[in-house]
Amino acid sequence: MKKLINKPEDVVVEELQAIAHAHADLVKVHYNPNFIVRADAPLKGKVGVISGGGSGHEPMHGGFVGYGMLDAACPGAVFTSPTPDQMLEATKAVNGGAGVLHIVKNYTGDIMNFEMAADLARAEGIEVEAVVTNDDVAVQDSLYTAGRRGVGITVIAEKITGAAAEQKRALKDVADICRKVNAQGRTMGMALTSCTVPHAGKPTFDLPEDEMEIGIGIHGEPGRTRMKLKPVAEIVEMMAKAVVDDLPYKSGDEVLAFVNGMGGTPLIELYVVYNELNKFLSGRGIKIARNLIGSYITSLEMAGCSITLLKLDDEMTKLWDAPVKTAGLRWGM
Amino acid sequence: MTISRDAVIDWIRAFAAAVAENKEYLTQLDSAIGDADHGANMHRGMQAALEKLPGVADKDIGTVLKTVGMTLVSTVGGAGGPLYGTLFMQMGTATAGKLELTLADWTAALQAGVNGVVMRGKANLGDKTMVDALTPALNALKTATSGLGEALVQSERAADQGKRDTIPLVARKGRASYLGERSAGHQDPGATSSHLLLKTALDTWTKA
Repeated sequence: MKKLINKPEDVVVEELQAIAHAHADLVKVHYNPNFIVRADAPLKGKVGVISGGGSGHEPMHGGFVGYGMLDAACPGAVFTSPTPDQMLEATKAVNGGAGVLHIVKNYTGDIMNFEMAADLARAEGIEVEAVVTNDDVAVQDSLYTAGRRGVGITVIAEKITGAAAEQKRALKDVADICRKVNAQGRTMGMALTSCTVPHAGKPTFDLPEDEMEIGIGIHGEPGRTRMKLKPVAEIVEMMAKAVVDDLPYKSGDEVLAFVNGMGGTPLIELYVVYNELNKFLSGRGIKIARNLIGSYITSLEMAGCSITLLKLDDEMTKLWDAPVKTAGLRWGM
Repeated sequence: MTISRDAVIDWIRAFAAAVAENKEYLTQLDSAIGDADHGANMHRGMQAALEKLPGVADKDIGTVLKTVGMTLVSTVGGAGGPLYGTLFMQMGTATAGKLELTLADWTAALQAGVNGVVMRGKANLGDKTMVDALTPALNALKTATSGLGEALVQSERAADQGKRDTIPLVARKGRASYLGERSAGHQDPGATSSHLLLKTALDTWTKA
């Protein structure tokens, strides 16, 4: 294992210390329990939007705390969901009297820890709603699984939901927007290499030099199928087809296309992927009206990418375009 | 024969030691079908629980077990935190005020714990989870006829068998379920750590 870490058990806290210093204009960091919170929280009359999950997906979620996006983020250990005490304290810290929305990615651990936190927060009189993201089309047989994983759409949902909350909309409206984004979004991911969890010290899975894994999640968990590498056009077609056919996205639809890097893939390759994606979608009469290209929901140093589409309407487009000021996403201000 | 409060505390220590000893093994099992964190997470949680033990060593068994449960919930994370945390907290509720446990008390405690795990995780027998080790162990306790010592032997054996029986199963809950058929052929890490829980109970409570 070759990594720029001191000790595996210190990596999350050292990251938090860095964030506290580097982004002091945007956020404050609370330790024990650990969470990153907007510097100006709580905002009176504004719904607090919080998320959280295992570390190792940076910039998600901590990098999305700030104006127009998240009010707080709770980082767990690497690839391990955070604990209820973190979400409870974060919920209290961002509660401005209008209630708090929890955005939870659909993983067994995240669901259980957030549920326990929501129960505790409600017992303290705070109104809490939770929206679960589950956009990963790689998981097909959801009756016999923990259900579709929450992946790329989570980033988009946090941006759009955060913008709605910034407009001081009511908790129910903010939660409904978040649900709509999740319902209109689909994602498919692939990996060229595995990743190494610092505690484990060796790659989570072995992937031969000439093979790729299709349908991976964001934790180095193996995907659905393994196959020989193919030209990018064929890889993108395979992924995009799975995404497009699932919703389905139809001719005439306007979409937000999010080409995400898994952590170890350079931007130049993500542009190659975007180029192929644009060709594929054009061929189907689907227009990319907005885009996001870069590594925003990562899986440590894994090489690979995911493709997320969101079918846009006027409301979602306006909220996407609204100003945002976080360490990870920033425009309009 | 009964299980004293000190024996319960010794069991927690023995479980922590077994988790420490099997940390890499549990993580290795989890790498195959999960996300390679079960050993490290349980180890972190049990080490934190050990630190809390001296503060409750003079309290009732219920308080000891609840303290372990609450510590696991706030230190483990993942699915293991809420599940093992709930297991211990429910066992603690079932043993509130007690300073020693009979076979009936231990059976009732494990029953409460398993009920809590099933409620929190919504897993059934055969879903390839910790329930596959815990439920057979509980059933063995319920049907045991010749005293606590023999019941502990039977429940450890049932947990061991339940753990092994997860190998051919296709996971239906948790992160391993995403693998579908590919999850078959691997032993479930949660069932493995749950077997350690029953094994350390046997080893601790039946030693001379």
